[in-house]
Amino acid sequence: MSNALPAWSALSPALLLGLTGLALLLVDTIRPNERSNTSMALVSALGALASLSVTVWFVVAGTGHADTGGAITLLEGAVKVDTLALFFTAIFASVTALVVVAAHDYFHDHANPAAFYSLTLFAATGMALLAVANSLAVVFVALEMVSLPSYALVAFLKKDRGSVEAGLKYFLVGALSSAVFLFGISLVYAATGSLIFGEVASGIESLGSLAGVAGIGIVMIVGGVAFKTASVPFHFWAPEAYEGAPAPVSAFLSSASKAAGFVVAFRVFTEAFPLGASLAAGIDWALAFAVVAAVTMTLGNFAAAVQEEVKRMLAYSSIGHAGYALIGLAALSSGSAGNEAVMGAAMAHLLVYGFMNTGAFLFVALAERWGIGRTFEDYAGLARRAPVACTAMAVFMFSLAGLPPFAGFFSKYFLFMGAIENGFLWLAGLGAVNSVISLYYYSRVVRAMFLDDPATPSALDAIDVRPTALYAAVVFAAVATVLLLPGFGPVIEAAEAAAEGVIAASGSF
Amino acid sequence: MILEALIGFTFLAALLVLLAPNAWAGRLAFALSTVPFVGSLYLWSRFDAVGNALTGGTIAFESRYEWVEVGGRTVSWFVGLDGISLPLVVLTTFLVPLAILSAWTPVDTRQSQFYGLMLFMEANLLGVFTALDFFLWFVFWEAVLVPMYFLIGVWGGPRRKYAAIKFFVYTNAASLLMFIGFMSLTFALGDSIGSLALPEITQAIADGGLETWFGISPGRIAMVAFLATFAGFAVKVPIVPFHTWLPDAHVEAPTPVSVLLAGVLLKMGTYALLRFNFTMLPEQASALAVPIAAIAVISVIYGAMLALAQKDLKRIVAYSSVSSMGYVILGLVVFTEYGVGGATFQMVAHGLISGLMFMAVGVVYNATHTRMVGDMAGMADRMPVTVGILVAGAFGYMGLPLMAGFAGEFFIFVGAFGAPSLPYAPVFTALAMFGIVIVAGYLLSAMQKTLFGPFRLETDYEIGRAPFHDVAPLAVLLAAIVVLGVAPDLFFEMIRDAAMPVVEGVSVDV
Repeated sequence: MSNALPAWSALSPALLLGLTGLALLLVDTIRPNERSNTSMALVSALGALASLSVTVWFVVAGTGHADTGGAITLLEGAVKVDTLALFFTAIFASVTALVVVAAHDYFHDHANPAAFYSLTLFAATGMALLAVANSLAVVFVALEMVSLPSYALVAFLKKDRGSVEAGLKYFLVGALSSAVFLFGISLVYAATGSLIFGEVASGIESLGSLAGVAGIGIVMIVGGVAFKTASVPFHFWAPEAYEGAPAPVSAFLSSASKAAGFVVAFRVFTEAFPLGASLAAGIDWALAFAVVAAVTMTLGNFAAAVQEEVKRMLAYSSIGHAGYALIGLAALSSGSAGNEAVMGAAMAHLLVYGFMNTGAFLFVALAERWGIGRTFEDYAGLARRAPVACTAMAVFMFSLAGLPPFAGFFSKYFLFMGAIENGFLWLAGLGAVNSVISLYYYSRVVRAMFLDDPATPSALDAIDVRPTALYAAVVFAAVATVLLLPGFGPVIEAAEAAAEGVIAASGSF
Repeated sequence: MILEALIGFTFLAALLVLLAPNAWAGRLAFALSTVPFVGSLYLWSRFDAVGNALTGGTIAFESRYEWVEVGGRTVSWFVGLDGISLPLVVLTTFLVPLAILSAWTPVDTRQSQFYGLMLFMEANLLGVFTALDFFLWFVFWEAVLVPMYFLIGVWGGPRRKYAAIKFFVYTNAASLLMFIGFMSLTFALGDSIGSLALPEITQAIADGGLETWFGISPGRIAMVAFLATFAGFAVKVPIVPFHTWLPDAHVEAPTPVSVLLAGVLLKMGTYALLRFNFTMLPEQASALAVPIAAIAVISVIYGAMLALAQKDLKRIVAYSSVSSMGYVILGLVVFTEYGVGGATFQMVAHGLISGLMFMAVGVVYNATHTRMVGDMAGMADRMPVTVGILVAGAFGYMGLPLMAGFAGEFFIFVGAFGAPSLPYAPVFTALAMFGIVIVAGYLLSAMQKTLFGPFRLETDYEIGRAPFHDVAPLAVLLAAIVVLGVAPDLFFEMIRDAAMPVVEGVSVDV
């Protein structure tokens, strides 16, 4: 049915996000006196939801799927809409909707909330563009389009030292890694003579004496991906930025921005650098990702286990989860039939993660809104005064740890099973061990909220408001985390279709 | 559809109670929890299964819907009952309303959450006993832990946090071990299975479907899987030396939670041992029969000795559970009709009796606010009905004829004594029987000190008659124990029918 629409309409999820951001700016400029936090939040949430609806409709209708005529390429092949792009756009749009709804209450007394909403939507637009990018140039431009608003968002509380410091650190590491990434692109261009993924792939097959140049370029691109996904060795900005940033921004960055890094990785490394051709040229990027994944998940989990502040613990746990999702690239092997399964599982994990991790950070936003402290001890006894929100938080924690009644269990299970089926037993084993360790620090939050007594009887008096929108976002994320367990079938099918699409597009994988 | 309705209704009831005001959450929970019981009686009346669900028997109330596919294997919502699972379903739905009733007095904070979690746990327990797909079963299995963690950790005694976390960590680590063990088995089955349905896996193993995987020979994989799953379930049962979480959890848990913990949760472990280890991997089980029988006997004797050394009434009952579970393991490992059947029967009987004991100790504690043997004496004067039932329950524990405990233990001993597949069977059986003497010893001495003689109490609480809603569940439980003791065939018939294929799975070289 989507065939009847003009080809550019395949980009409408990204366009809707961008137009919403522009509309917010327009209102803010023309009628500065009539803007209100509520209307701004409402418009941005509607924009994100509209984009999400269109995306889901496209996925269901099979836009860009092999069954309905294959991927839709636009702008001389620089942009390509397929199931992978739509799947990730759905993650971005969902997270954006949750974050802007929650931000309504978080920034209730901020002087200029309009800037927040428009920056968030522009970053989301950049992510949606990343998902459809089919050329290294578009990837770089879209990546910057995500990064620049993100720097501003992290430093959004400009009178808060922590926020400004975090913004600066994020910016410095980000600028460095952008430079590395760009240099990597230029080396690949030098070796293969093209920026379009398909042509890069054929260039890789006939590298000749330029294999070394291309190899260094690919390693640098791996570095750029590691920055965006907060993986080792470019992970150290993440705890600082997530901790210092306003909690809704941390939620946005650690869920959506991380997924954006992964969509680049999934597409570039399958379509531009197919594993078979890369191996023939002596470039084993899957091995590089295997090392990065193993170190990232282990480091993230061990560092999270020793934190005293909930937000910082979540930041490190988010690094750990980047390590799990990297299994989707690390456990690939050329020509194996199980590649779709493990890559699809990594995508499904990122979707589930989008809900459970966003929800967890939004709960932190709720705690910050109440003005209770940041440490585990400060969360003691919260469940007595706020049982609904704490139940939701318990759902996020157990799901992040991968306990069975929640969706996080399913996505991890599929991921590890996929890795084992593809012959990467050690990676799956390491992931499982890390999951067990993670149960320790996740359950600390639950223990503090439900089992511990508050430090002083008056400690809970800080909970004086029930911010409706924040509650709604937290509860919705929790319901989604639970319902994605029975409803995992369609998700994993869409994810595997997406993985199949990019692997098939790469020709000889 | 009826099983879906049963589980779904219980989930909805849990949600409804969670949202109810504290003032009448208890009454609402009790009213709602009687519905699943009636439902399970209906299941009983319409029960038409033949044989064992896993070995190709006819499954009652079977229903199956495809859920997802992973690695070429379908995972389904697949539930059904056979002669082993129906008695446990009835036990669960019977104990939960009584446990809720017994919570009315002691639970005085956050009632709606307490009763909501109890019902949530019941729903998941029903799922554990009805699920016939490994994946679905595992989801329910793990989902039982979450409400239990909160029930102990929030409403428990002074050391509740320690106990809750110990319980959670122990059982979770065990689950992981079991999960890995079972998964390696399914990988080794390769293409001979197309789903994770337990009957299909059982039959594929029986048909020799195991292949070499990662260079490990089929026999070794089966053995590793057996050991991993056995250790995983042994924690849940618990079997010595994996039992240390149990006394902590029991002592700190509020009475109604102890009732479910001892009455139903421990049975998850023995049920899973029967389903997985003894039905799916009978060859490995009979190869390891001697060491398993040895740990069973050690559990019986050591658990009873530990009980003998306790001063806390609740701890005594808790340790005696370790002892009783040892009989169940012994019954399973002998692989005879009466052994396996008796073990299953004993699961139900022990569920009722230990439930009764914990509840009665709870009623005494509600009145005296102490459970220490030395702190009170002569309670029989002040609480004649409660004490009477407590004594009757203790005699049930000791295996008094015409009570359910006697039937269960008798079947096990009959089955074990002449078991052809277990070397030295008479020795093991005789040693295990000795456990009964110790049980009688500690129960009689504890009762004599606390219940009889002149009245004395260390705490200065007024002792009056226990309220009706405290005593009524005791009486109901006692009646059930006697009924099951007089007419064990109510359950034993169907249990035997389902146990026979398990026994026949083992070839004995005589």
